[in-house]
Order: sequence, then structure tokens, then C-alpha cells
Amino acid sequence: MSPAELPLTPSRFSDAPSFASPAALVEALRRVGYLADEQIATVLYLANQLHKPILVEGPAGTGKTELAKSVAALAGSRLIRLQCYEGLDESKALYEWNYRKQLLRIQADRPDEERSDGRWASLEADLFSEEFLLARPLLEAIGASEPVVLLIDEVDRVELETEALMLEVLAEYQVSIPELGTVRARSIPFVVLTSNDTRELSEALKRRCLYLHLDYPSLEREREIVLERVPQIGAALAGEVAQMVASLRKLELEKRPSVSETLDWARTLVLLEVEHLSSEVTTATLSLLLKHRHDLELAARELAGERA
Amino acid sequence: MIGTLTAFSDELRRAGLPVSLTETLDAVRATEALPLANPAVLRAALAASFVKDVTHQRAFDTVFDVFFSGAPPRARLDEPALAGELADGGQGGGDATGELDAASLADALADALSGRGELDLNRLAALAVERFAGIEANRPVGLSYYLYRVLRGLDLDATVSGLLEQVRAGTIESPPELDQIPDLGLRRRLQREGVADRSEALRQAIEAELARRLAAVRGAVPVARSLRRNLVEDVDFMHASRTDLAAMRRSLAPLARVLAARLARRRRLGRQGALDFRSTIRHSLSTGGVPVAPRFRLPRRTKPELVVLADVSGSVAAFARFTLHLVYALGSQFSAVRSFAFIDGIDEVSRIFAQSSSITEAIERVETEAAVVAADGHSDYGGAFSRFSARYLDAVTARSTVLVLGDGRGNYHPAHPEVLAGLARRARRLYWLNPEPRAYWGSGDSLIAQYAPSCDAVVECRNLRQLERFVSELS
Repeated sequence: MSPAELPLTPSRFSDAPSFASPAALVEALRRVGYLADEQIATVLYLANQLHKPILVEGPAGTGKTELAKSVAALAGSRLIRLQCYEGLDESKALYEWNYRKQLLRIQADRPDEERSDGRWASLEADLFSEEFLLARPLLEAIGASEPVVLLIDEVDRVELETEALMLEVLAEYQVSIPELGTVRARSIPFVVLTSNDTRELSEALKRRCLYLHLDYPSLEREREIVLERVPQIGAALAGEVAQMVASLRKLELEKRPSVSETLDWARTLVLLEVEHLSSEVTTATLSLLLKHRHDLELAARELAGERA
Repeated sequence: MIGTLTAFSDELRRAGLPVSLTETLDAVRATEALPLANPAVLRAALAASFVKDVTHQRAFDTVFDVFFSGAPPRARLDEPALAGELADGGQGGGDATGELDAASLADALADALSGRGELDLNRLAALAVERFAGIEANRPVGLSYYLYRVLRGLDLDATVSGLLEQVRAGTIESPPELDQIPDLGLRRRLQREGVADRSEALRQAIEAELARRLAAVRGAVPVARSLRRNLVEDVDFMHASRTDLAAMRRSLAPLARVLAARLARRRRLGRQGALDFRSTIRHSLSTGGVPVAPRFRLPRRTKPELVVLADVSGSVAAFARFTLHLVYALGSQFSAVRSFAFIDGIDEVSRIFAQSSSITEAIERVETEAAVVAADGHSDYGGAFSRFSARYLDAVTARSTVLVLGDGRGNYHPAHPEVLAGLARRARRLYWLNPEPRAYWGSGDSLIAQYAPSCDAVVECRNLRQLERFVSELS
């Protein structure tokens, strides 16, 4: 039975108790180690209810990819990931005919050439069947029998033309294969697209998605994230770390410190057995937070100014 | 609800957001799918459907505050209870009638701003608006009038500077989360930033509260109209306020990234080169020696060489600053950039950009270090071009694209259009970017009409959107 004939079961995680309300989602995400705020939970909840993909934008290192992984973890479902890059094409994103296998199939038939007419017809039908189809992530997510989480990572890296490939999948949850017909989803996947904002995405793509902007977390949330991810840290130091990072982000930096860098820094401070921050300790470990020479100089100057 | 949402999306559209039918439908379905008790959830749900670009968030928030103005429960005011709470907290407070007196309000404000108060900023904002705004339904005054009244009533600026002074002198306790930092300098720095952040948050809360109350007495649509603000990309360079300029500066870095990607892509695409025989054969190995996909050699497309002449006099300084910033942020997309600043004298500023560690720093240095004034410090285009031709003519070659940035207002100095024409003949292209509205060109002391014939194009460049369009066509 080809997938085209299967009935469409448009259930994502609608029945799962974790997806019952935004508040329940916050709780469920916390259990898998992701601290979501009300906004994040609301968008996830709506995406599940409305069967729409989520487009997550924001600076690097604010937990965009992590969000998709956490959704998969809390739903206990498979995560199918499509990492985008320049030059990504149909054969890498959607599907590809297994050319070599088709070739072998034809060659296996060679011996009885005299009766080739009748055989060719059945062979031709056979050649373009699912057996010879290599499913790439988008088709794989559509074809999965249970609800999966599909992560399309860094979608801003593909060209505008490639972006259009995804539109059919995102809006209709189906893939058209000329030789085979239309493959419709057996169960609608939960789709998360992430973008680092390096280029403007097309209106068509944006229209098909719910939008979530993940910015640097608030002071309070960042403190909680530090406490959650670096359990050995003292509560006081975690607060100070969050304050200091927030303060650094206000400077005119080329690259502001991300959450993952905050965590690296917090871990380092724990290893160094620092109990409370000081300008000296911060200056000495600044290179964990800031990666540009100019940024380092600027921040060091600022901190030195405080000491004087 | 559908009626409200339609009016809401109309207003967003008028504020400049690209809102299509799909977005409105999503919003309607979202509100149906949600338990709507919580206004924060409603805001998140509508934002997810309507805001598809983070720079539009502010405009959205303003409209949202006006439209969904049923004051949220936490901001609902109950002064007696509030006074009671403060009294319980041992901070003095209300008298027998439950009225909050002026002194304890000032205390509550100072505590809230220094991060030690128990009072939520939103409630403080509601309280202040209640107390000082004195909104009259029929007076035709805008929100800024009431904002001014509330801020004066609270005496916010004086309180903030008083607090900062106390922090500097160390006569004020730090909020609990900073208490244990032994390094005094660092603690005070964080303390000061906390005060500034909270006062800004309070100001915004007051604005939102005022918008809500005005909408309640005047109706949402007229209030939204009076509050409509330009999106960052549509703000006029020549009339931008300080907050606008800061927002524009913040949006420059992402804009430069997007533009660089676009220019690089255009340079790569559309190249048809000669057949690359070696590569074709190499790739045919995986298809049994049949050259299924021919490979082509990619020709190099040359990057343009830029020469920028920027008028940095007061009236157009902001425009020059943004354009220079963008050009240098795109540095890798040009084979060389040389820049010159002028008012009535002219000076090469490329070296300042080379020496500085960041573009922002370089642009500040241009304003202080470049020798751009030769006589009286009023723009003299003719004079500046003549000096350029005399001193830096070598900079312009057949490969250079020359950009002149300025409004072309020469303060009645002679124009010398023949000098610019000479430059245009040497250069590959010469473009003039003018931050003035096209309608004003040629009026008063504008010399644009005399220079235009020598330019390949004179482009109106009043805001970031137009600047972006010009740069993305440049190659």
C-alpha cells in the first residue's frame, strides 16, 4: 500500500497531557530541563493546536535548537533534523531516486531479452516505487507513522529558491513526487524552523508559520537557567553571574555573550571555586564570554574604570 | 472578538506591519484555541500570529495596549489595600482613611527603583497614573501631555538622579541579590544599572497604562492613531529623535549582515562559465563514467571599489554616520573602500577606520579628529570638491564607484559643477545620495539640480529602507 492511500490522522500531541495548556507545557518543559517562559509555552501550545510550524528567530546561543529537542524529549517522540546549508537541494531535503539500485534492478533482468516487451512495463512500474526511493528528512517526517518533531535548523542558510521547496511540506504536510503521486502525512509532524536572522526569509514562508523571537533571557530567567544547568553553583553567585552578563550585554559589543557562554562562564567560576564576583575575577575570565579582541578590550576598560 | 481582531489588524497594517488575511485568520483561531483568562497569554498568542519580524514588536505592543485595554487584574488599583500592604511591610504608609500620603509614595518609588521594594512596577505605574494624570475625556491633548504630568508628579528624574548619587556615595543599601558581592566598584556599577533599567521599565509601564486608560475613555482606534509611530526602517534620518537614532543603530548590524549575504549571493549566482572538463570527468565516476551533470568553471566577478565623499555637517551628520557605518560593515563586499569627510574642508578618514577597533569608535573619531573645517564650518560643496580634486584625485580610477552623501545645500557658495563632472568622467559610476525629500530638491540654496547631470543617479535616501534598497543594488 502506497502512503498516498493511507488516511490522514491529523493528531500531533493533542492528547498528551503535557500539551493541555500553556501552563502545563511550562511544567513539562521544566521536567526535561528547559526553562520556558509564558510566551514560549503559548506559542508551542498554539502550534500544536493549530497544526502550524513555528519559526524561531533570535541571536545565536539562546536555545533555539534546544527548544525543538526539548519538545521531542517531553513528547517522547523521534526528532528528525534537517540541517540547512548553502546549496541544499531537493535531493538532500526531500527525496532522491536510488539510481544505483535502479540500475542494478535493470541489469538483473538482462538474461531474457527476447521477452523484454512485457517485462519492461512491469519493470518500469517497479522502478519508480517506494523501494527505490531514498527518503530525506522532510519526506521521512511526513512518512513517519507516529507524530515526530521535525527540526529545520538554520533555514536562513538556504537560498530563496530552496526555501520554496519546503512550502508544500509546511502548509499541506504533503510531498508531490511526479513519478509516484502525492505523499500525504500519516500524522502531522511538529515542525520547528530556526533562523539566525542572517537574511530576510520570504513572506510566503513567514505566513505559513507562527513566529517566536527568542531573545536573551530576562535576568530572573537567566539566573534560573544557570541554577538548573550548573547545579554546583551557589544561588548568590548564580544571581551575580546573571547580573554581570546582563550588564555586559548593554555595552556596544560586536558579539554579545549568549546563554551557552554564560553557562560556560558559570562552570568555570565553579571550578575556580569563586564564591562572589569581583572585577579581577571577571576580567581574568572574560575571554569565556567575549570572543572578539575589541569586545574584550572594551569590557576590560569598563571594569577597570570601576576599580579606580 | 472577531470584530475587535479585524479592527486590530487594520490598525497594525496602518502602523506599517505586513499583515495579510492569513495572519488575521491565525489570530482568530488562536484566540479560539486558548484559555483567555490571562492577558500575557493573549499578547503572546497575537504576537505569534501578527509579528513576523522582531523590529515590529514595539509597534505591536503599543497597539495591543490600546486595544485590549481591560486593565489587567494585577494593575487594578486598590489604594487602601496597597497602603495597608506597605504599612505591614513596616515602611510607614497610609493614615486611617487608607489614603497613601505623598511622602510614603515617594518612599515606595525610591524602594521600587532601587530594587528593594515589594511593590510591582506595574502597580506603581497604575497608582501614579491614577494620582497624577487627571485624564479628562474631552480635552484634546495627547498621551505625551499626560505622560509629562505623571512624570512631573512622581518627580521621577529627580528621584533617579538622587538614587544614583546615593549609590555613588555608598549611602544606600544594595538589593539583596547584590548584597554579597565584596567588590564595591562592581557592586555599585550593577546597582546603578539596576536603577536605570527599572526607571525605564517604569516609564514604559506608565505609558502603557496611560494608553489603556485613554483608550477606555476615547475608544481604541483614535488613540492608536495618535500613538502611531514609524517603524525603524521608515524613520527620517533628518528628523530622528535620540531614541529613534539608538534603535536605528541597533538595527544596523543585522541589516549589514543581511545585505552582505545578499550581495555575496548575487555575485555568486548567474555566473555562466566555461566547461570544467576535469571536474566533469571526476564527478562522472559516481555514475559509471557517464557525464550526467556537466561542471562549469566559475568566473570571478570583480567587487566594486568604493570612494565615499560624506558631508558631515550638522544637518546631515546622522545620515552620513549611518551610511558610513553600513559601508564599512559591508567592507568584505568591496575590494577597497576609501572615505573622505567634508564640510568646507575635506580630509581622508579611511585611516581612522583602519586604526579603530570598531566601526562605532571610528565614526566617533571622525567627528572629532577629521580636519573638515577650512573656513566658517558651513557646507561648501564646490569648495570641498575642488580641494578633493587637487589633493586626492588619484583615489578615483576607472574601477571606482563614487558615492557622494549630502543634501547638496551649499550655503550660497559657488557650486563648481565642472569639478564634479570631471570626477564623474574618471570614475566608473558616480551616485549622489540625498537625505532630503525629493520635493525640496532645487529649492533655496540646494545645488542638486546643477550636480545631477554629472551623476549616474541622484537617489533619495531618507530612511534605512531606502538606504538598504540602494546598497543592495550596488555592485
